[in-house]
Amino acid sequence: MRSFVTLVVALVLLGIALPLRAQTTRPLQVVASFSILADMLREVAGDAAQVHSLVGANADAHVFEPTPADAQRLAKADLVVVNGLHFEGWIDRLVRSSGYRGPVIEASRGIEPRRAGRAADPHAWQSLAHAQRYVENMRAALVAAAPAQAAAINARAAAYRERIVALDASARAAFEAVPREQRRVVSTHDAFGYLGDAYGITFISPRAWNTDSEASAAAVASVIRQVRQHQARALFVENITDRRSIERIAQETGAHVGGTLYSDALSQPGAGADTYLRLYAHNVKSIAAALQAVAAR
Amino acid sequence: MSMDLYEIFLQPFVEFGFMRRALVACVALALGSAPMGTLLVLRRMSLMGDAMAHAVLPGAAIGFALAGFSLPAMGAGGLAAALLVAVLAGWVAQVTTQREDASFAAFYLIALAAGVLIVSTHGSPVDLMHVLFGSILAVDDTALVTVAGVASVTLLVVAAAYRPLLVASVDPGFLRSVGGRERALHFVFLALVVLNLVAGFQALGTLMAVGLMMLPATAARFWAREVWSLAATATGIALFSGAGGLLLSYHLQLPSGPAIVLLAGAAYLVSLAAGRHDSLLARRTALHAHRVA
Repeated sequence: MRSFVTLVVALVLLGIALPLRAQTTRPLQVVASFSILADMLREVAGDAAQVHSLVGANADAHVFEPTPADAQRLAKADLVVVNGLHFEGWIDRLVRSSGYRGPVIEASRGIEPRRAGRAADPHAWQSLAHAQRYVENMRAALVAAAPAQAAAINARAAAYRERIVALDASARAAFEAVPREQRRVVSTHDAFGYLGDAYGITFISPRAWNTDSEASAAAVASVIRQVRQHQARALFVENITDRRSIERIAQETGAHVGGTLYSDALSQPGAGADTYLRLYAHNVKSIAAALQAVAAR
Repeated sequence: MSMDLYEIFLQPFVEFGFMRRALVACVALALGSAPMGTLLVLRRMSLMGDAMAHAVLPGAAIGFALAGFSLPAMGAGGLAAALLVAVLAGWVAQVTTQREDASFAAFYLIALAAGVLIVSTHGSPVDLMHVLFGSILAVDDTALVTVAGVASVTLLVVAAAYRPLLVASVDPGFLRSVGGRERALHFVFLALVVLNLVAGFQALGTLMAVGLMMLPATAARFWAREVWSLAATATGIALFSGAGGLLLSYHLQLPSGPAIVLLAGAAYLVSLAAGRHDSLLARRTALHAHRVA
């Protein structure tokens, strides 16, 4: 009889607990506009959310063409996270037209953006200090959407922030090995202003560089002149496919040619920059190595 | 279990508002753009759409410099720049013997270079074109009203001035020999083309706007002879490509813009191969008949 009562009590408790469990473990459906935000959201949310990125890894937001499945995912999402600062272009309108009525969180909210000409520079995730603000905005949004998971989300966010702080310290150490006045880099990306501000690196972006076409003789000459004029130590060029013109520039200027820098998208899984922290560490390592290679020469 | 007709053709539009919006945008674009495309093909100005996609850049950049990230300001600036290019190119073609395709190429390249210059000196790290140009699935209310309004104006003007528009298209040299009214009408035509293109760029992106204007019009030449039947066929092909492309992209999870334009491209290839007039098949049949006779 006693065991029967125990069984009944156990069953009743289970009956109460099961739907509760089912309710609390249903993951939030979160849509992020691009891969870097999606990775940060996965770190903060853990099992609490399923995160989908509209613009995938290794993909350019500027040539993104949505499918109806993207719009459907948006319509059914519990939370949409974008960068803000006009980075998303018409993707903002895609969110509206999909019929999504929930909150749209700007990860960069609360950041004082650096100015670039008339506009705010949207690439704020290229600063680890701002990345901590991104994490805080995501944490608050996720907790608001899934209050039952608050403790786990808060713990993950705190742990993630610690890793960001640690990476910041190691980046600072890496660049301090190079004298401040030698931290001059020519880059055809215009996305690294925040990184430059954080570690005292001057990024010079060459004018007359048309990213759509092959480097012309004039463009190569113009880069050489600018590297000399600014006494830049390292050179990161994205759109020169002809290896010979890169070597020409390096020989004529004495600048070190670095490898790939990742700006707006993660790499494919396994390619060295497949999470936000790995992407950032890769960029820091590449720039520091290029600067030190010249200093050692 | 196979899908029934309802699930294939209707359910996507019944269930999702964004699919209905995209369909309405396609219909409006087809009704306005296909007749313009037909007249452009007749005038041998098929590449004008691509030229205009570049010509809007300086205007959009000036709009941004004056008003920041304001879609109306950037759109109005882009429209003004494209209109200026079209009017100047049209004027050169009327007062000199240079053909319109050449003067268009000259002015749009000037505009493009000016645009790159303005963007790189007063520009922003944000891609302005990415903010200005849209996508077929990202059509909001304003964009929908714009495209529909432009299509309505286009159809009204074409209906009111059908005859002279037609004469000017078939014989461009005619314009040089006639008076001011016909010349003015030619500028009205150019303005309509620009209006259709810029509204299409802003709402649906350059790919869609130029694709739905030109591909159905070039395909229609293999089916029809008169201008009215050319325009009607082009509109029909554009409507078919729009609706069919949306359904294809829905069921096969493909990007919608390229799916629609590729379907219009397929319609062109089929027309080229097997159309009623002057297609590869029609030529072979005619040759065969000739030999037999």
